[in-house]
Amino acid sequence: MQVPASFQYRKATSVAHALSLLAEYGPEARVVAGGHSLLPMMKLRLAHPEALVDINDLAELAEIRVEGGALVIGALVRHAELLSSAVAGRHFPILHDAERVIADPIVRNRGTVGGSLCQADPSEDLSAVFAALRAELVVRGLDGERVVAARDFFVGPYETVLADGELLVAIRVPIRPSVSAYVKVDRRAGDWAVGAAAAVLELAGGVVAEVGIGLTALGARKFVAAEAEDHLRAGPPSGERFAEAARIAAAHCAPTADQRGPVDYKRHLAGELVARALRGAVGRAA
Amino acid sequence: MQIAVVVNGEEHVRDVEPRLLLVHFLREDLGLTGTHWGCDTSNCGVCVVHLDGVPVKSCTVLAVMADGREVRTVEGLARGADLDPVQRGFIACHGLQCGFCTPGMLMTARWLLDHDPDPSTEDIRAALSGQLCRCTGYENIVRSVRWAAENGSEAAS
Ligand SMILES: Cc1cc2nc3c(=O)[nH]c(=O)nc-3n(C[C@H](O)[C@H](O)[C@H](O)COP(=O)(O)OP(=O)(O)OC[C@H]3O[C@@H](n4cnc5c(N)ncnc54)[C@H](O)[C@@H]3O)c2cc1C
Ligand code: FES
Ligand code: FES
Repeated sequence: MQVPASFQYRKATSVAHALSLLAEYGPEARVVAGGHSLLPMMKLRLAHPEALVDINDLAELAEIRVEGGALVIGALVRHAELLSSAVAGRHFPILHDAERVIADPIVRNRGTVGGSLCQADPSEDLSAVFAALRAELVVRGLDGERVVAARDFFVGPYETVLADGELLVAIRVPIRPSVSAYVKVDRRAGDWAVGAAAAVLELAGGVVAEVGIGLTALGARKFVAAEAEDHLRAGPPSGERFAEAARIAAAHCAPTADQRGPVDYKRHLAGELVARALRGAVGRAA
Repeated sequence: MQIAVVVNGEEHVRDVEPRLLLVHFLREDLGLTGTHWGCDTSNCGVCVVHLDGVPVKSCTVLAVMADGREVRTVEGLARGADLDPVQRGFIACHGLQCGFCTPGMLMTARWLLDHDPDPSTEDIRAALSGQLCRCTGYENIVRSVRWAAENGSEAAS
């Protein structure tokens, strides 16, 4: 039987309360949202926080809305809620592409968008998606709020720029006309990615005005294929240029061999998935 | 810490350690052993219960997280002698062999039919995709849920 080591548990009743509890318990305290990454790690004794601050009651963090020209997704929004959000799917179909293939429906009922990002697991699908979308992460601490670009949020595997006692409160995605898609290869339904790619294109006058390409589980720095983006920017969205961008993305990522496959295969997959995601995105242009 | 959880309509107040998992609270503290406990890693789905009406894997929820909330387990499906249509479907279509996965399958199936009274077999497969059955090959489970949809998707009342 897997049981976590003992810890203290407090239920936060507001964001301010959560922040004061985190300060009270110090660096050994952890936030618990859906608990679907943290509790398994605690059961395996890979994590042993002395206190858990439960944010599940914070309705203020559980909303999806459009505000100030951006789609705002509360950190506590469950994967299932993002998947069923019409406004999210209308502006950014990539969000539904990704949510459809994250874990299984029961896990999606519990796991949260914010928990996913804060976990910073190299295989976490939403990291690449929000990096490709150039989302802004709203972080709150006792001293106030700061906004961090998704691309600057991830320091390394399982490591983010969040300081002790800080809370991710929302993800803001600026609404600009774009097309987008997410494509994932997994070994079986509901499994973590062998590899996946995210593509977001802003097209204007037959030209790629801006582009975001994200990679999941493929060893891309900050989950982004920046060199491939550079290649596509300011040119036409042609099949030829997509193929070259895919080649560049594959050459620049650094996948590692594991039970999901060897390096060569994953590198091949990176190129193939970037090409498919780019084609899938432009295929959505009306 | 003291928690109050409404399980199948009845309030239970208990003193528990924060590290107690909901599945063990239900099975050990309340004696509701209908909810099974298998992989312990949120993969197999035998431990699915409804938490405030939403199916969750209770091996990955703390009992203290259910404080002040409502839980429904497989024991709460039947109304007296009246089995829920999903239970009758599993009997009619041989939806189980050893029965280990069945409580979780039933709880997810009930939730699915509450939200979509006429799911396609594809919808049923997708809804149950987070749950494993080592016996049936799933065919009869899918048939059982379809049976429930066709023969009274209303929950027993
Ligand atoms: C069987 C299974 C399969 C899965 N498959 C996939 C998959 O295919 N793809 C995928 O992307 N994910 C997958 N996941 C992970 C799933 O998406 C988790 O829900 C997610 O990683 C974590 O969300 P959570 O709310 O459960 O976070 P928690 O476990 O509660 O927290 C995770 C970490 O983030 C911190 N944290 C949480 N919220 C905040 C906040 N608001 N501010 C600051 N820190 C915070 C916690 O302290 C903890 O360190 C899977 C999980 C399981 C159990
Ligand atoms: S015991 Fe909970 S999912 Fe397997
Ligand atoms: S009936 Fe035996 S595991 Fe499903």
